Amino acid sequence: MELNGAQIVVQSLIDEGVEYIFGYPGGAVLHLYDAIFQQEELKHILVRHEQGATHAADGYARATGKPGVVLVTSGPGATNAITGIATAYLDSIPLVVISGQVSLPVIGSDAFQEVDMVGITRPCVKHNFLVKDVTKLAETIKKAFYVATSGRPGPVVIDIPKDITAPHIKVPYSYPDSVSIRSYNPVVTGHKGQIKKAVDLLLSAKKPIIYSGGGVVLGEASESLIEFTRTLGYPITNTLMGLGSYPATDKQFVGMLGMHGTYEANMAMHESDVIIAIGARFDDRVTGKLDLFCPNAKIIHIDIDPASISKTVRVAIPIVGDVKPVLEQMLELIKASTIKIDADALAQWWKQISEWQAINCLEFDRSSPLIKPQYVIEQLHEVTQGNAYVTSDVGQHQMWAAQYYKFNKPRRWINSGGLGTMGFGLPAAIGVKLAFPESDVACVTGEASIQMCIQELSTALQYKTPIKILNLNNRYMGMVRQWQEFSYESRYSHSYMDTIPEFVKLAEAYGHVGIRIDKPEEVRPTLEAAFAMKDRTVFIDIMTDRTENVYPMIEAGKGHHDMKLRVAIGTSTDRELA
Amino acid sequence: MMRHIISILMENESGALSRVAGLFSARGYNIESLTVAPTEDPSLSRMTLVTRGNDEIIEQITKQLNKLIDVVKLIDLADSFHIERELLMIKVKTTPEMRDEIRSMADIFRGKIIDVTPTTYIIEMTGPSEKLDAFIAAIDPESIIEAVRSGPTGISRGELGLHL
Ligand SMILES: Cc1cc2nc3c(=O)[nH]c(=O)nc-3n(C[C@H](O)[C@H](O)[C@H](O)COP(=O)(O)OP(=O)(O)OC[C@H]3O[C@@H](n4cnc5c(N)ncnc54)[C@H](O)[C@@H]3O)c2cc1C
Ligand SMILES: Cc1ncc(C[n+]2csc(CCOP(=O)(O)OP(=O)(O)O)c2C)c(N)n1
Ligand SMILES: [Mg+2]
Repeated sequence: MELNGAQIVVQSLIDEGVEYIFGYPGGAVLHLYDAIFQQEELKHILVRHEQGATHAADGYARATGKPGVVLVTSGPGATNAITGIATAYLDSIPLVVISGQVSLPVIGSDAFQEVDMVGITRPCVKHNFLVKDVTKLAETIKKAFYVATSGRPGPVVIDIPKDITAPHIKVPYSYPDSVSIRSYNPVVTGHKGQIKKAVDLLLSAKKPIIYSGGGVVLGEASESLIEFTRTLGYPITNTLMGLGSYPATDKQFVGMLGMHGTYEANMAMHESDVIIAIGARFDDRVTGKLDLFCPNAKIIHIDIDPASISKTVRVAIPIVGDVKPVLEQMLELIKASTIKIDADALAQWWKQISEWQAINCLEFDRSSPLIKPQYVIEQLHEVTQGNAYVTSDVGQHQMWAAQYYKFNKPRRWINSGGLGTMGFGLPAAIGVKLAFPESDVACVTGEASIQMCIQELSTALQYKTPIKILNLNNRYMGMVRQWQEFSYESRYSHSYMDTIPEFVKLAEAYGHVGIRIDKPEEVRPTLEAAFAMKDRTVFIDIMTDRTENVYPMIEAGKGHHDMKLRVAIGTSTDRELA
Repeated sequence: MMRHIISILMENESGALSRVAGLFSARGYNIESLTVAPTEDPSLSRMTLVTRGNDEIIEQITKQLNKLIDVVKLIDLADSFHIERELLMIKVKTTPEMRDEIRSMADIFRGKIIDVTPTTYIIEMTGPSEKLDAFIAAIDPESIIEAVRSGPTGISRGELGLHL
């Protein structure tokens, strides 16, 4: 079969099994758009801003585990995609981003809409390619998918000069079944000796804890993790990125750890004697001050990326490998081991943990006349029976969604953890809804974040992706305001906006349903009504208690054992912000 | 802060060098010197990079380098017995009275005079970096017009080697 470059791109994507491509046209990709026009298999989703395309593809990838695919034009199209590429990079999400480039002969001449995309994206991609030969196009695309999805996943950019996609240059086409790259061989199974050592250490622990993260979600290892954890009977905590990989309502789950984790999870980390970190990367939001981190613990660390191991925290037993086979290898050894877990010590440890749990660190004022954001999330959980896909933006609302929506399944919690990108939630929700049209998809956002990609409401209408937007409207950049309250004597420098749009009208202007509520008793019925509108996107503007803060919290420079707890329940509603 | 000499075999592709250089600047690692040239296999090039850091930093540097898709293999030569050489070409101003002295100095250090004009010499010298340092220190700084150094490159001893 002879195809031109543009047709090769489209056919390669189809042969790769790509369902959706999220994009925005422009000069450098016109040949490609013409090829897209002339077929029906590959469905193109026209966003309203290239950032939206990357986040939508990213949401699709996080929910499905399949790579998200993006198409943008050169220059401004390419630069607009950067935030989304970096977002995917920091959370290890597989994306393949195709950018148009000016034609080969004019590269480097400051041509119209020329930017050095390969140069700009180098620090925020797993790899990138500039295609200089149309006969290499199909193979390059295959390589891009292979690199993006294998090992530690990540975004890959393919920069394609316009002349490479020219209609009149046809070459033989065949899409490779597989590729190998001699310089790239991700490790899969773990080192047997290390695994044996790890199992011995684990089984002889007195105060053990399992600390697992996004790697379990990325490695599709949730079931193995559950079996592993139940077999041991040890407490387990998840990072923000790991939520859902172990059921949050299970009795062995002690909540999220880290800056806004639970008191019990952080105390257990601090007091533990053995920690097994599984697909988690000791992020600074998790460790708190490094000098104070887990002073008594011997640490085992399973990670597919050797560079994640001993990067910030030195570990005793590193295991490089894919979390699923490694957990399975460990389970086998655990079952066969002659070392008996010290049941008395473990019972004592659980007793200690239950004392920490009794503090009830996530309790909040349930009698307030104002809508408490935590209550909204609890209700969201009930109304959707815990089965929704929940995307979020960045800020206090994100933390509340993480704390109060008890995720019981992986890939349901979709947020930007590493880069913390405001504007992520809405386009991500569109990507998720396209992947799972029959499932409930909620976007928990704030009045500041939602405005960063609000234009995608238009995309949601065009492609009929009925999502429910819960705008926890506190009239503040609450997360910023909270830090200013705690650390800058309440000098609220530019953490509010004088002019917040009327979101109901805005939603209606975009063709959706808008509802505004400000009383606690309205929350439940409104959510029920919204989710009952199966074919409409509903924007619920929820006026919440603007003074509410996220608790508990590890403040900057503190350790896990030194959390700031809510002072007293029942006083916050009367609290005037200074 | 130990000195390390990292030898990298990588794909001979445009952009590979900038990935390595970019990694160092983005992560705040220092590069003391860098040399790169194609190998006997034209699809590969070999880079030798001198850096400094404590064990943790060097461990991260080698892990991060290994993560680059274009990097095929690398070794830290400082881990084993190895031989290091650097090339120096130095141009010095000469007066008729000084010429003998410079020539014998070059001889002592096994340098070669490779270019002569009525007022200048260019001396070529290879050796471990310290030897070149010593030579430069031994000649009158006023007389140096220009000194060009390649940065060290190295090879491990014995049967060990960096190849596919
Ligand atoms: C406002 C805000 C507040 C935050 N507060 C918190 C907080 O309180 N607590 C918290 O936990 N986070 C918090 N975060 C998120 C934080 O910034 C990090 O994104 C997060 O902690 C990283 O999670 P992780 O360690 O699971 O790593 P991820 O970023 O999910 O990385 C996954 C790790 O697993 C490895 N991996 C990938 N695939 C595999 C595989 N197949 N097998 C083995 N290993 C694999 C990767 O190499 C990597 O090391 C916050 C973020 C924001 C924006
Ligand atoms: C693109 C971007 N700019 C700035 C920030 C810093 N930031 C983090 S949270 C936040 C405020 C978010 O406000 P809002 O969306 O209203 O959420 P709230 O905290 O009030 O729930 C800001 C500005 C960011 N994370 N992303
Ligand atoms: Mg807000």
